[in-house]
Amino acid sequence: MKDKPRIAVFKFASCDGCQLSLLDAEDELLGVAEAVDIVYFPEASRTMLKGPYDIGLVEGSITTHHDAGRIQQVRRQCRTLITIGACATAGGIQALRNWKDVDEFVRVVYATPQYISTLKMSTPIAEHVPVDFELRGCPINKHQLIELITAMLAGRKPNIPAYSVCIECKRRGTVCIVVARGVACLGPVTQAGCGALCPSFDRGCYGCYGPMESPNTGSLTNQFRILGQSDQQISQSFRSYNAWAWQFRKASEECERA
Amino acid sequence: MAEKTQAIVEAGQIERLIEVLHSRGYEVVGPTVRDKAIVYDRLERLADLPVGWTDEQEAGSYRLKRREDGALFCYVVGPQSWKKYLHPADVRLFSAQRQGETFRILSNPDPPPPGRHAFLGVRACELAAIAVQDRVLLHDRYRDPIYQGRREGIFIVAVNCTQSAATCFCTSMGTGPQAHAGFDLALTELLGPDHHRILIEVGSEVGAEVLAELEHFQASDDVEREAETAVGRARSQIQRRMDTTGIRDLLYSNVDHPRWDDVAQRCLTCANCTMVCPTCFCTTVEDVSDVTGDHAERWRRWDSCFTQSFSYIHGGSVRSSAKSRYRQWMTHKLASWIDQFGSSGCVGCGRCITWCPVGIDITAEVGAIRGATASAGENDHGNT
Repeated sequence: MKDKPRIAVFKFASCDGCQLSLLDAEDELLGVAEAVDIVYFPEASRTMLKGPYDIGLVEGSITTHHDAGRIQQVRRQCRTLITIGACATAGGIQALRNWKDVDEFVRVVYATPQYISTLKMSTPIAEHVPVDFELRGCPINKHQLIELITAMLAGRKPNIPAYSVCIECKRRGTVCIVVARGVACLGPVTQAGCGALCPSFDRGCYGCYGPMESPNTGSLTNQFRILGQSDQQISQSFRSYNAWAWQFRKASEECERA
Repeated sequence: MAEKTQAIVEAGQIERLIEVLHSRGYEVVGPTVRDKAIVYDRLERLADLPVGWTDEQEAGSYRLKRREDGALFCYVVGPQSWKKYLHPADVRLFSAQRQGETFRILSNPDPPPPGRHAFLGVRACELAAIAVQDRVLLHDRYRDPIYQGRREGIFIVAVNCTQSAATCFCTSMGTGPQAHAGFDLALTELLGPDHHRILIEVGSEVGAEVLAELEHFQASDDVEREAETAVGRARSQIQRRMDTTGIRDLLYSNVDHPRWDDVAQRCLTCANCTMVCPTCFCTTVEDVSDVTGDHAERWRRWDSCFTQSFSYIHGGSVRSSAKSRYRQWMTHKLASWIDQFGSSGCVGCGRCITWCPVGIDITAEVGAIRGATASAGENDHGNT
């Protein structure tokens, strides 16, 4: 038997929710722990072994000079680098700062602004280092994470489709809320992965998994207008967890200009 | 059957019909209201039907509305079709267990659900859709054993439409609104000021046996005329048209028509049209394994020609643009289907029009390529 692959989990600017998805995979975690050695995972264990690592899971976006340097170190230590979650793959909700003046926020929010050292932008990991796979979601789906690890161990392609949420809705038999209720739903332009959760609870998709493989945001924007949404509302719906993903960014900026 | 066998029953006998089908071992499935739409699901009793509901459909819009009467079947088709049961979205093809250096197949495809299905409320366009899928999945060189296992022994209660939706165009495709064959029983609902009855036409031996268990009466000529009028009303309500004259050659000779660029501006490539289409049959195969690698399964899942992975070969997707994907879907549905399977792949049910989130209308797209003005008169043709 070969040595078990060594896995490390790194955190950048994020809420920790995606790392928790790994811990939350209780049923599968024993199997994962048998198949791999999780040797660096500060969220879960004080044992923190040095690299190099076979697989690095990176959560969070780059928002500080320090982290911009640290991600270079992490990349050098990981044979395969996987980014997990909307922060790491698109810059996260904190990328809303990218349209604003961060210095002004710092002055307003912090009692001692000079203690704060931050970048003007929140950016995804792939803008700084090459990334081998981006696992989408806010948070990621634990089943997709296990699928990704399992597929890597088996040497097969992970079953992580890039098509729309609509396909998940239809497969599970959820009635389209855009058509049957006139609800503004980002599902047609959003990548599948959540199992079409929100539409099954009568809520429009919030776009947690970011742009699907060929998103036609312009056409959906037109439809949202027909459904009575203002350009401001439409712009805001594209500006959430994946606001800085370029297709959503373009869509929100076009609405802002309109 | 040489001559039509028909009988009349009170509408309340549909309760009895469901009971009889249950007693014969069928699981009865049919239209029912859920999530502000009429979907197909298990029916335990008459009250599970959309009693007193109707639907209003337009391109990209569907609304349930209350009726003032207790009509059982005064609506048309919803977002689901019978392929939900005959050609399900997810089927496990087999599972396997590792044994040393080799592996053992543990199971064959998921068996059809115990107890055969009785479909209650199959519209004429849907009978045509089932016939199209039969042709593709049963009567070609290779048979699909999963479809076959679910298709055999189905009891079909058709319903003749007595009203239509704005998205219906079965009359253009020659599929409706009246069911002519492919059913065990066919119902026509007759609603009058002082009566609520169902005319039942028998389409098979087993259908006749089931009818015999209902409290039925001989249908008079008057009743038959009333039924003809009711179905005629649905026929005359249908405004949408698709001119299918020479459509195969029309589409083959217009692969570079500018309309494809126009529709690509609107198409979301979300795949909803293919998911709701009652004849779209494409699937993909997905291998899954557990983290230990000891247990593996192969699943078949609905796929769509609107995804990039659908046409992925070495080097990338053949159809990377929305234009090429929409053109592929429509040209296959309306033109190359004829070469491949001997009929159109479209039955005129209108689902792809209603359930397209941006209301793209296949009849309008054909009309535009034909160079004619919009084919359906005053109807909304989406958001050009």
